[in-house]
Amino acid sequence: MSALHTAERSALETFRRGLNLSPEFRRGLAGTLALAVLATAGRVIIPIAVQQVIDNGLAGPEPDVGFVRAAVLACALAVVLTTVCAYLMNVRLYRSSESGLATLRRKGFRHVHDLSVLTQNSERRGALVSRVTSDVDQISQFMQWGGLVIIVSVGQLLVATVLMAAYSWQLTLLVWAVFLPLTFALPRFQRLIARAYLRVRERTGDMLAAISESVVGSAVIRAYAAEDRTARRIDEAVEAQRKAQARAQTIIALTFPLTEVVAAVAVAAVVLAGVRLGVDGSISRGQLVAFLFLITLFISPLQTATEVLNEAQNAISGWRRVLAVLDTPPDVADPGPDGRTLPRGPIGVRFEHVSFAYPGGPPVLHDVDVEIAPCTKVAVVGETGSGKTTFAKLLTRLMDPTEGRVLLDGVDLREIRFSSLRERVVMVPQDGFLFDGTLAENIRYGRPDATDADIELAITELGLADWVAGLPAGLDTPVGQRGESLSAGERQLVALARAYLADPDLLLLDEATSAVDPATEVRLARALEGVTRGRTAVSIAHRLSTAEAADEILVFDRGRIVQRGPHAELVAQPGVYADLYASWTSGTRS
Amino acid sequence: MIRSTERNRPNSRGIIGVATKVSPAVMRKGIQVIWVAIRSEPMRFTVAVLASALYGTMTVASSWALGWATENVVFPAFAEGDVATATMAAGALLIVGTALLKAIGIGGRRAFAGFVQYRMQARSRRDVTRQYLRLPLAWHHRHPTGQLLSNASSDVEAAWAPLAPLPMALGVVVMLVTAAVAIVLTDPLLALVGFLVFPAIFLLNVVYQRRLSPLATRAQQLRAEVSEIAHESFDGALVVKTLGREDAEAARFAAKANELRDANIAVGRVRGLFDPLLDAMPTLGVLAVLLVGTLRLEAGGITAGELVQVAYLFTLLAWPIRALGWVLGELPRSVVGWTRIRHVLDATGSMTYGTARLTGTGPAHLEVRDLTYGYDPEAPVLDGVSFEARPGRTVAIVGPTGSGKSTLAQLLVRLIDPQRGEVRLDGVDLRDVERGGVSAVAALVPQQTFLFDDTVRGNVTLGLPGITDERVWAALRLAQADGFVSALPQGLDTRVGERGSSLSGGQRQRLALARALARSPRLLVLDDATSSVDAQVERRILEGLREAGGAATVIVIAYRMATIALADEVVYLERGRVVDRGTHEELLARCPGYRDLVTAYEREEAERAALRAQEEKPAGEVVADAAEGVGEPEEVAGR
Repeated sequence: MSALHTAERSALETFRRGLNLSPEFRRGLAGTLALAVLATAGRVIIPIAVQQVIDNGLAGPEPDVGFVRAAVLACALAVVLTTVCAYLMNVRLYRSSESGLATLRRKGFRHVHDLSVLTQNSERRGALVSRVTSDVDQISQFMQWGGLVIIVSVGQLLVATVLMAAYSWQLTLLVWAVFLPLTFALPRFQRLIARAYLRVRERTGDMLAAISESVVGSAVIRAYAAEDRTARRIDEAVEAQRKAQARAQTIIALTFPLTEVVAAVAVAAVVLAGVRLGVDGSISRGQLVAFLFLITLFISPLQTATEVLNEAQNAISGWRRVLAVLDTPPDVADPGPDGRTLPRGPIGVRFEHVSFAYPGGPPVLHDVDVEIAPCTKVAVVGETGSGKTTFAKLLTRLMDPTEGRVLLDGVDLREIRFSSLRERVVMVPQDGFLFDGTLAENIRYGRPDATDADIELAITELGLADWVAGLPAGLDTPVGQRGESLSAGERQLVALARAYLADPDLLLLDEATSAVDPATEVRLARALEGVTRGRTAVSIAHRLSTAEAADEILVFDRGRIVQRGPHAELVAQPGVYADLYASWTSGTRS
Repeated sequence: MIRSTERNRPNSRGIIGVATKVSPAVMRKGIQVIWVAIRSEPMRFTVAVLASALYGTMTVASSWALGWATENVVFPAFAEGDVATATMAAGALLIVGTALLKAIGIGGRRAFAGFVQYRMQARSRRDVTRQYLRLPLAWHHRHPTGQLLSNASSDVEAAWAPLAPLPMALGVVVMLVTAAVAIVLTDPLLALVGFLVFPAIFLLNVVYQRRLSPLATRAQQLRAEVSEIAHESFDGALVVKTLGREDAEAARFAAKANELRDANIAVGRVRGLFDPLLDAMPTLGVLAVLLVGTLRLEAGGITAGELVQVAYLFTLLAWPIRALGWVLGELPRSVVGWTRIRHVLDATGSMTYGTARLTGTGPAHLEVRDLTYGYDPEAPVLDGVSFEARPGRTVAIVGPTGSGKSTLAQLLVRLIDPQRGEVRLDGVDLRDVERGGVSAVAALVPQQTFLFDDTVRGNVTLGLPGITDERVWAALRLAQADGFVSALPQGLDTRVGERGSSLSGGQRQRLALARALARSPRLLVLDDATSSVDAQVERRILEGLREAGGAATVIVIAYRMATIALADEVVYLERGRVVDRGTHEELLARCPGYRDLVTAYEREEAERAALRAQEEKPAGEVVADAAEGVGEPEEVAGR
């Protein structure tokens, strides 16, 4: 379920709010619009020129070459001027819209990171990414093309109508009467086409998913001889997508040329009616011919109307999605400059009657009341779903408790500035996410000013020097996208070094070495024991060997702390820990 | 003024990061690509071109119709005060009739150009994915996933993109020739204006595309980079948050977003200049026609109707002529896309199969001799591996991370072929077995679970005929998956979502295991296949396997002691070589590396106990106390 803000907003309101978010859009808008009016006015030069030449240049028995030359020259000058106006308008429009969209992208991106983990996880990652990429691109596309076409089209229709009316109001009414049914039909066509394209997008998604199975699942497909079956599934998806595309294209092919026919009907009607009016003397022949040229100005706005409407709709929904991100308040908010700063030094933790429930879900943590003294090593154990990870997330303020308070050195977590908190308290999550770059760059991520010597020292202290030396380029070894070039266990080693180099006063390990082989894990655990001396360390353990080394163990069961104490004490009494321990040892013993 | 909808619009997908310029070499290659399409879809392509030609001729004809109406209806009416009804009707019919034919031409061209394009896309996608399915796994290992996916999606799109405007462009050629003839027939001097203006528009278009395409490519590239940063940053959101690096990430993104902005503005500048210029050219052309036409009228070379006709023709030709530019603009991307597709289609090196049949029943006999395999031949992952698993036995493969265990697993079921050595099932070299023979007998459950976007049943049977629901349930029971599957809303018919997204890691692993078990394989290879499963559930699975044992020879790759302890024999690997083979107890006693790996926790625990004892008791009693704790005194004392 998405936790993003989804207020129903009208298209106009969305547009207004979108414009407000990026002030760049409005900068110099009046000038751009003035240029647009001038540029559009250029479209009627030809009809006017034709009319003038016929009525004045060719009126007499002999053509008035002097007049025609002057008229053509004047018109050519006008063409040059309007072309310059169009160029200036385009450049201004591009600059202001792209600047505005870059602002929108930046704001959206920053806001996604400000959202709480809970909100972030309620959306698929790809969906969040599209809020700052394809959604904005859709608006950009509209701004660069559709928006321009709307301005030009509306201008073109207006200018053409005004000029027509100046020549003959009767014929103007006639032309509009012919085109009017089409303007009613167009929105219907647009809905039809939009639906067809929606189908194409859905089928394309299905098709790409089917194709990706043949690549991602290549080992399984071969191992189970599922080639033919996979090929069939792909063929079906490819064919369905092709059919959807062909359908959409057929609808367009049937509706698009209609404008052409309607325009011809308008031309024929104008010729017939114009001749009658001309005979009555209410219209000159040049004006009548100019009318025929003016009708061509109707064609392109109406032909592009369905597509422009489509793009406008896409842009508005893109805008809605970006706004949905920006309108979602970060529910775990940084107190900012008003917040408190923690002094350096070992940190003491206190959970005061803390309970937690996910929105709309049952409580996962019940009245946890516990104190961790500075410089102690605490292990948190329990079965899957017992509340261990929730405990870790509350301790690092990735989430806020539903009830109770979490205090660091006596200060409520909610009052501590993020900059101070993230410097002092660092968590190593189970999935050691790495960025595309070298080993050194990834380790330096938490402390950008660390020197190479600092990194090497950290590596040595953690006992990882041999491992690094064995890599092709040592610390300069590229890790690949998301660390793909390393094994899951190696990624965890890097993540651990990264957190250690950040030099926190409280280190929290959430099953941070679960994918490392037993021998390495034991070595690492020992090294950590050494380096966390003088710090508070909390580790969520899946292998109980970690727990045995801790000063104190917190045993979670169904969201409560059911036992606490050192290993020797807990293992001796019947209870959850003794059971966990028995199950663990039976798995590791020969 | 038409065709604005087919304008060369910013493309949101497609080829990125390649230099694109219209050069003679690209033109030649591009024509070859187009020729492939014409040969594949000759009928539909011909219809599209004919329709386009109809549209082209009718465009010229419509101006002629208008000229005729002006000459025979409008001017006589104004001059004489009346005109015959029949002439008026003929004029109207002529105008509407040519428009109708033109509309048919437009519709037919649009529809059939699209049909050709979509058929070619579908054809390429089928061909490319067939290759993906046919080529050996080793080939897949050499090509990144992302590249293969874009070969089948955006590269295919780019390759066939010129097919959309192509028939129109060919129609335009017809139109231009017809127009040229029409104007020359009307008046050669007036035609001169056309011969100056239209080549000028065409040349301007070529310059436009040459200027635009590198800029558009760069914007496209940057759009992909912006997206990559957002993807990576949001994927790593937890790390960004826990290390408090939001500002740095925002700055990284902003820098790229600003680059994209500048690139888009650069594109805008070129478009902003050339679009109005291309609009202005035909307008200036019409003005020139009016001027020259008036002079010709004076000289008596043409009539006023003909002047109107030529002027009208110029306004009609302005847009379509740009279609030639669109095709040119698409060609470089098309060539790059096609080259990438060909790389896949031309790839060779499929697996060859023999004719031998594996007819045995009951557990298979597996022999591995001198197996050597390397992705990089200089540094083999496996080097001379030999071992044997007699029918019905369970062999554990143990070794530290990176010792080549997963590669060995793939060789055992012939997903890849060794560079040296052989794998024999019941005495037959796997390479001599007929197609489909190995997978019918041997089943691998890989480390990385892969589920299809299908139902639970579909994922277990994978379409294998003759697997009844009873067998599916039996396999699920054995894999300890029957519990959660029967709790699913539609049981076996529940869809698991893309890659099994609706299930937990442990549940996915158990389904993958059931998939293997449902086939009643004679050789079962488990590559760390229960790592995400709870310890207790794992034990039940292993016990179940053991009870059903005797049906299959089992090769199991694992770290967990409980798993290893089930094996009859252990093969210990280090850096791709077999260091030792024997029973667990034998290896424990004589192989230090093995002992180190599998007893790491125990030793850790024992040493801790010793340490605690040391703190509490006099030093002399330490060893004895520790011995009591773990039952293996020599382990602790020896260290």
